[in-house]
Amino acid sequence: MLDCGLDMTSTLNFLPLPLVQSPRLSKLPGWVLKDGSTFLDKELKECSGHVFVDSVPEFCLPETELLDLSTVDVILISNYHCMMALPYITEYTGFTGTVYATEPTVQIGRLLMEELVNFIERVPKAQSASLWKNKEVLRLLPAPLKDAVEVSTWRRCYTMPEVNSALSKIQLVGYSQKIELFGAVQVTPLSSGYALGSSNWIIQSHYEKVSYVSGSSLLTTHPQPMDQASLKNSDVLILTGLTQIPTANPDGMVGEFCSNLAMTVRNGGNVLVPCYPSGVIYDLLECLYQYIDSAGLSNVPFYFISPVANSSLEFSQIFAEWLCHNKQTKVYLPEPPFPHAELIQTNKLKHYPSIHGDFSNDFKQPCVVFTGHPSLRFGDVVHFMELWGKSSLNTVIFTEPDFSYLDALAPYQPLAMKCVYCPIDTRLNFIQVSKLLKEVQPLHVVCPDQYTQPPPTQSHRTDLMIDCQPPAMSYRRAEVLTLPFKRRYEKIEIMPELADSLVPLEIKPGISLATVSAVLHTKDNKHVLQPPPKPVQPLASKKRKRVSDDAPECKPLKPLLSGSIPMDQFVQALEKHGFSDVKVEDTAKGHIVLLQEAETLIQIEEDSTHIICDNDETLRVKLRDLVLKFLQKF
Amino acid sequence: MDRECAQLLPPVCAVLGDSRQLVADDTFLEKFLDWFKTLTETESSLHLLQENPCLTELITCVLKLKDPSSSTLSFILRLTGIFTASESCFQYLQQRELLNSLFGEEGPLSSALWEEASVRSGWVQGVHTMTQHQSAIHFLCNCGAIDVIFTLQGDPSLFVASAANRLLVHILTFSLQSFQTKPVNIKDCDWPICAQKLIPHLEESLKSSSASRIKQSLKLLTSVFGCCHDLWTEVLWSQLSEPITYLLENEPFNAGNSLVDLFLSMARSPVFSCPECSLWKSASYALEHLNPAQAGCLSAGILKLQECPQAVRMQALSVLLQPMDCVLKAASQPLEYPGLLNNSLSDSATIETLLSCRSSCASLLCQTLAHLEELLYLTYMPVNLPHIPLLKSVVTVLQFGTGLATPASSLGSKISRILIGCFRVQRSALDILGAFSHWESHSVFMGSVSDILLAYLKSPDTSPTVLKKSFQATLKWLVRLSEAPSSRDYWLQTEQFFRDLFLVLQKRLCSHCWEIRDSALEFLTLLVKHLRDCYIFTEKEEFRQVLVSSEVPKFTEDLLEDPESYVRASAVLAMGQLSFLTHLNSKIPSTENGNGKEVKKKSIVAQLQEILVTDSEGFPRRAVISVFIDWLRDGHTDVLKDTEQFVSSVLQVVNCDLDWEVKAGGLELAEVFSAKTLGRVGLAGCPYVSVVSAATRSTQLNESLQIFYRVKLFEFLFGALCDCDRPVAQKACSILIALKAELCDENSLKEGLSAEHSFPEAHGIAWLEKTLRRWSSCAEPCPIGIANEAGSQNPNDILLVLRTIDLEGLNKSLNRSSDHIENSPQSLLQDILATVGTLEENEADCY
Repeated sequence: MLDCGLDMTSTLNFLPLPLVQSPRLSKLPGWVLKDGSTFLDKELKECSGHVFVDSVPEFCLPETELLDLSTVDVILISNYHCMMALPYITEYTGFTGTVYATEPTVQIGRLLMEELVNFIERVPKAQSASLWKNKEVLRLLPAPLKDAVEVSTWRRCYTMPEVNSALSKIQLVGYSQKIELFGAVQVTPLSSGYALGSSNWIIQSHYEKVSYVSGSSLLTTHPQPMDQASLKNSDVLILTGLTQIPTANPDGMVGEFCSNLAMTVRNGGNVLVPCYPSGVIYDLLECLYQYIDSAGLSNVPFYFISPVANSSLEFSQIFAEWLCHNKQTKVYLPEPPFPHAELIQTNKLKHYPSIHGDFSNDFKQPCVVFTGHPSLRFGDVVHFMELWGKSSLNTVIFTEPDFSYLDALAPYQPLAMKCVYCPIDTRLNFIQVSKLLKEVQPLHVVCPDQYTQPPPTQSHRTDLMIDCQPPAMSYRRAEVLTLPFKRRYEKIEIMPELADSLVPLEIKPGISLATVSAVLHTKDNKHVLQPPPKPVQPLASKKRKRVSDDAPECKPLKPLLSGSIPMDQFVQALEKHGFSDVKVEDTAKGHIVLLQEAETLIQIEEDSTHIICDNDETLRVKLRDLVLKFLQKF
Repeated sequence: MDRECAQLLPPVCAVLGDSRQLVADDTFLEKFLDWFKTLTETESSLHLLQENPCLTELITCVLKLKDPSSSTLSFILRLTGIFTASESCFQYLQQRELLNSLFGEEGPLSSALWEEASVRSGWVQGVHTMTQHQSAIHFLCNCGAIDVIFTLQGDPSLFVASAANRLLVHILTFSLQSFQTKPVNIKDCDWPICAQKLIPHLEESLKSSSASRIKQSLKLLTSVFGCCHDLWTEVLWSQLSEPITYLLENEPFNAGNSLVDLFLSMARSPVFSCPECSLWKSASYALEHLNPAQAGCLSAGILKLQECPQAVRMQALSVLLQPMDCVLKAASQPLEYPGLLNNSLSDSATIETLLSCRSSCASLLCQTLAHLEELLYLTYMPVNLPHIPLLKSVVTVLQFGTGLATPASSLGSKISRILIGCFRVQRSALDILGAFSHWESHSVFMGSVSDILLAYLKSPDTSPTVLKKSFQATLKWLVRLSEAPSSRDYWLQTEQFFRDLFLVLQKRLCSHCWEIRDSALEFLTLLVKHLRDCYIFTEKEEFRQVLVSSEVPKFTEDLLEDPESYVRASAVLAMGQLSFLTHLNSKIPSTENGNGKEVKKKSIVAQLQEILVTDSEGFPRRAVISVFIDWLRDGHTDVLKDTEQFVSSVLQVVNCDLDWEVKAGGLELAEVFSAKTLGRVGLAGCPYVSVVSAATRSTQLNESLQIFYRVKLFEFLFGALCDCDRPVAQKACSILIALKAELCDENSLKEGLSAEHSFPEAHGIAWLEKTLRRWSSCAEPCPIGIANEAGSQNPNDILLVLRTIDLEGLNKSLNRSSDHIENSPQSLLQDILATVGTLEENEADCY
């Protein structure tokens, strides 16, 4: 199984979970059907024309119907965002296999899960809505609820014990480490340049190579750069995790982010940045580190609020070997690789586990707050949205591309604060994909259907799609695709003593052949040729010993023949041996030699020769010997 | 030649002629040649040689050397060329049989040194300088030099080859310059031998299979037709048109650029202006058959001509418009837009192929856009450009650049892929978009131009250089529209544009990229500077309102503290302009400090003065001074409140500044102030001012003097006069001379000065410095602007110094460049001798 991501967009259908009692949210009217029925008014609330489920947010799990997940042997994880559904798989499906991921992926993935669990568990919700999921009810609901996919499979968030159990099934791997999977294939993680520890995977046998490229970046940000060279010579390249916002250049967006932040703060407003606790935030803090002095923002406090803020900031500093070259060299100076250490030291950046406690004492405005969750449905961000939403001086800047910012803002309407959308997605765009494919030249590209056509909203942008030769094979949700290659060969090893006994015969310059008689031993998908058992000595009696079942029968070896029969010379030889009426006919596959007098036919084809004569064994043997004279034996 | 030089010359010649004494520095020889070039312009060359026999001896001596250095030989060839430019001198050296040994077959031509490019170059240059009279021409023809020049045309050294080509052009035009009548055929007339040799050579080269020979010959012809507009050039063309036409038909691409140059050079000559001339047929053929890049250059050249057949013009215009037409059609449905060209006339297949390819698309579009931009700026345009569709095509290019255009064909899709994010094309397109402002109206701007400009200004993906171009184009349009008579409706539409523009601008002022902040400030400065002068009162007030209601002034003020000095400087200039429009101080609210107390914002004057005093970088301080000059000159309200106090405090600060440009700015401020003061009290040199009586004039003078005294103007000017930076001292000197002329004429002096001061002797800088030191030591600290009664310095003292100091003498010495002594010929000759001496010493040291 390649990756194990969690679709969190389902949470956008739910009401936010406020940290403190929100009079606004609690006063939202219940939703009433067109016919006046009010049976759903406890479960569904209406806010500015949108309907939301008033319940604990639920998540959309990976596809479970198509495949029995208990039969999955291995899960390969590309990056920490792509493992968020892991507890659902490992704890609920009978999964007994192994999960492979790099160390930073596991550590930061754990932080993301821990944050998610914390956000949801610390605001327990008394009621749980389920009526609305009924199929009959669902079709009566307004969009987007009625169009929601597989609502019956939506699940509440997992718990910390489940997270711990899931993570205990992960085996840590390092970049370029070769891992044998049951002898059948070898898998290798490669740096993908997107996030700390993010990987692309190579899955290869001796004769086939499949590359799985997911969430990669060619930009110079904090992680180790993408390893492109190792992706070369792939039979199939599975390409996914491209940028979600191909029209937004990350450099330009960072510029926008800084400008909007400065404009707001200079006007006395506060800036709210809904974000994940790891990833782009490191780059944003680095950018702000260089920018705040030039923008005159030295006195503006920056707050990073997350239950895992401290761990995230500190983890980033210790994963030196997973960082880009510049940051690695800093470690040897020794200096902290990320400048946020200095921001913390100089008190410009302060971090808190939540808005409660120290934060409320230190809180000063105007300020900039980085906090989760980017969906705006849970986490400390909900509090700030409620707090600052009423003033047009404040700005919320969306940098994470995973959620539609308009949908995220829907339950906060009407909203006075300014909203700026600066999605910073450093993953590959289509120009970079095009260059990558030219560089690594896979025989076939397999990708989601969405990548093979321009985005629906910009159908004229033919540059925003994968353009490669041969055209990429695309797949849709729940579609079964046969990869365009077959395993034709297996590698077989020869034991040294057997190899020693071979006598190769050169049949063409540079090509030697030898016959091998051996026992093929196959175990765990490894094939080995072992020397055959010694021939059994015949017993004194004339009776042949019965061949035992466990020892293979060892017949005397017949020589193998090679070469082709030159027809002119063959006819001459026949004539020399007294066959006077030789006729040769050409056929599609070779020749037929007719010996009319002897009423005999010799069919000579590329890989077979038949002598058809009328029960004249002497003649047949004579002719056979004549044929054999022209062939090599070994 | 003066006596000192004449004395120094023989030993120098001895050194130069001595192969053991190498002159290490070649620049000496170059300076030596320059000196003789100047000398021969004013003195007779023959006289020079006769008076200084060492020169002839030098030539003889070098020729006799067994193994002269290549640099010395090259020098001698060029030196001889300078002398022999005079016919008498030529004869003089010819009689001594020196010329054959230098330029003939016996000379360096046959020696091993000819392998040295410097010797060949010296030979060509020597011959070129010499060829100023018929004797030289005869000499060259007789000694076989012409053939040598032909060979040198293909010299491996490009410098030599190019010089040889120029020499042939010179020989041909010089030998034919006496031809005033129009010969019918080259064979029928008695053309000079040189020309008779050269023309068949050219003909043969043009027919040769060697691309380099063809190009050289075309280059030669281009130069001939470019520099000579005599009638014989027409005969030359008639002789050579056949091989050139052949070239055009068979090898158009290899020699394409050279052919373009040739045709344009000919087309500019009045000799070929007649519409029936065969040149136009060839040019028309070239437009059709050259590749689009070459044809584009030819077209642009043709369209700039005043005299040209209209058909050729139209053809040239079609060539230039074709790529734009393709772009336009690639983004519009056939019925939606007719295009720039008539379909039946244009074959766009080649252009479409070029536009489909990434490497050629950008360069073709950039080149076409640049040519069209040049045409738009022409005041005289012989053909009518289809402005509206052309503008539409430029906007389409820009739309493609940001992914806004919808491709209407497969070509459109390809162009779209290529142009998205292609900064080169975006820059060129924005340049031409700005140029359209000269031609188009308000409605066009509001139609499509404003949208695309705003799109570029807003887009976060716009690169800093493209953004700068967007600002420039926007500025051009806004300035142009503000100058055009417009109705109220137009202003209302523009107002919305301004609102959008200022929203973008305030974001750009907060950019994390300093280049963007700087470009935005530069744009703002220029915009306000132009619009505050252009708009009539109502619009100006409305413009001011839109500006003040945005955050732009506040953010601009914030940038006065930007960490980047360029940005601070630009912010200073922007604030300088903004302060004319906005009464900022009243708009900016007081802020609270940390203790909850209100802090009153500093006035903009105080802020700029603080920058002048404290900023560690020169750019912001220079910017402040330039703003202050503008304020003083234009009568800024904050300055008018107390001009004396303002000027006095600025001069005091500038006086201590170590940056000479700040000081020079301070001097300009002083100049403006003195002119204003004298003008205010009626002493300026205005011809219409009524004549005032001597008494009134004297009173006015005293009044001015008192003002100058109070602001310590003269203390500043005298200090600057003693400054070690020459431009500062020069400027101070010229201001003082002007003031002296106003204040110290004979009449005005009578009243102000006592008898013992009447005839002081002229003094120099040392005396002035002493006087200034005395003043400063006697002066007690006192508040600015209050005369120091106790000091020995008083207005009369100042006048006395002004009259006493030898300003004219100082001015003369300051106007001489600081290296005038080092540049003299004596110094050069002494240096040559000294260098040889040093070499000898070093040699001795080695042993």
